[in-house]
Amino acid sequence: MKRIKTIETRDLKKSAAVGGCGECQTSCQSACKTSCGVANQKCENKGAESRKA
Amino acid sequence: MIHQYKLNGYNIVIDVYSGSVHAVDEVAYDMIAMYKDGTREDVIAAMLEKYAGRDGVDEADLNECYDDIGELEAAGKLFSEDVYGGVAEIAAEHRRGSGEIKALCLHVAHTCNLNCEYCFASQGKYNGERALMSYEVGKRALDFLIENSGSRRNLEVDFFGGEPLMNWDVVKKLVAYARSIEGEHGKNFRFTLTTNGVLVDDEVIEFANREMNNVVMSIDGRPEVHDRFRRDYAGNGSFDRIVPKFQKFAEARGDREYYVRGTYTHYNTDFTNDIFYLRDLGFDRLSMEPVVCAPGDPCALTAEDLPVLFRQYEILAEEMLRCERAGKPFTFYHYMIDLSHGPCIYKRIAGCGSGTEYLAVTPWGDLYPCHQFVGDEKYLMGNVWDGVTNTEMRERFGRCNVYARPGCRDCWAKLYCSGGCAANAYHATGDILGTYDYGCELFRKRMECAIMAETARCLDAEEE
Repeated sequence: MKRIKTIETRDLKKSAAVGGCGECQTSCQSACKTSCGVANQKCENKGAESRKA
Repeated sequence: MIHQYKLNGYNIVIDVYSGSVHAVDEVAYDMIAMYKDGTREDVIAAMLEKYAGRDGVDEADLNECYDDIGELEAAGKLFSEDVYGGVAEIAAEHRRGSGEIKALCLHVAHTCNLNCEYCFASQGKYNGERALMSYEVGKRALDFLIENSGSRRNLEVDFFGGEPLMNWDVVKKLVAYARSIEGEHGKNFRFTLTTNGVLVDDEVIEFANREMNNVVMSIDGRPEVHDRFRRDYAGNGSFDRIVPKFQKFAEARGDREYYVRGTYTHYNTDFTNDIFYLRDLGFDRLSMEPVVCAPGDPCALTAEDLPVLFRQYEILAEEMLRCERAGKPFTFYHYMIDLSHGPCIYKRIAGCGSGTEYLAVTPWGDLYPCHQFVGDEKYLMGNVWDGVTNTEMRERFGRCNVYARPGCRDCWAKLYCSGGCAANAYHATGDILGTYDYGCELFRKRMECAIMAETARCLDAEEE
């Protein structure tokens, strides 16, 4: 596309089918402790059968 | 829902529900903005009028751009619909029903050797008595965590306070105990130590580097900024005492995770100068948080501060990119974003897990939804011997996700923040399902900066 470059991102809709293993870090636990977000969390799903986070 | 913004020379379009990010030129940016407002003919006519005389912009070209936008829409990467109501229900049901716990914040010391005026934990006491956690209470907390962790393998334990190094021997014994039992239970403990640095010595560094998955070192930045609040009980600033220790600590961490974490207040709204000061001291993993305090407190951030803070976050992102391109990168916690392998939609909706999969444990073994609720008796949930006995409270927190917060409904950033901090919402509105609007403003700005920076990296990589 000439005027649009799409950055590679995780397809959130597809993640509804395979996500939810719950092994990822608790959002607040590492550095902030006073504010919360999940954008900087890593996905730790190793392909195990999914459960719901 | 889409969100469009311009920052640092980039035109960015975020498709909220697919998570797609597009870097576009000015023409596509404007066309996407009006795409849903009229027919193809309307949009092309409006664009021709706006860009009349602009080289390279003609009807054929605009039609091609219109087709590209349509293609992205058809592929579910633009204007995608919200289909996650069911996911939110599933996530809430699971959290409310499972009772599984994966993280504990162990308050091993409700006391501190510093007397920081702005401390949300009231100098470590959490509005209560000074106390140290005994080994027996801590051991029971670890057993409680294992017993309630279901099939989750990775268990997080943060040694927190007050100042946890004031109870260091117990911390070490608890780590040894956890290591002795994790294998037989199929678990992997990940420990974090959060410290003010006063008691850091070679032995602490050696032990922490062996056992702690993460170390959080509290420094606020420039000496005068740090020492304004972070003083001992004699009134002496702590900067000169702690910084050399933290420099040694950080260097010894090698590739292991650590963050130098500061707090900024109304007194240093030019906080990037503190971040850059810390970077120049040799720290390359940095976090700087807005102060959490009562409105009206002299250090509280004000509405007038917001535009200043917004610009500060932009400066920080610009400087990060400049340093990366110069081969001297540093990390800012809130700008870490992995667009291609980040959290799944369940995590993005369900949020931090406080009160359900994450609990705080007081020195006496009482359980609270998180460290920020400790000391507020209304939020007492149980104890490490009897477990969570206040199941109604667990239910309330289990329902606490981004789709349960009315204030998040129309926010483009909701799937990056997951509804934010329940404690901040409670303190700002009296309701854990509220929204801390000031924090939301800062969060959205940070996300714009983080996504801009990641977009810039991707485009840089394409050019190479």
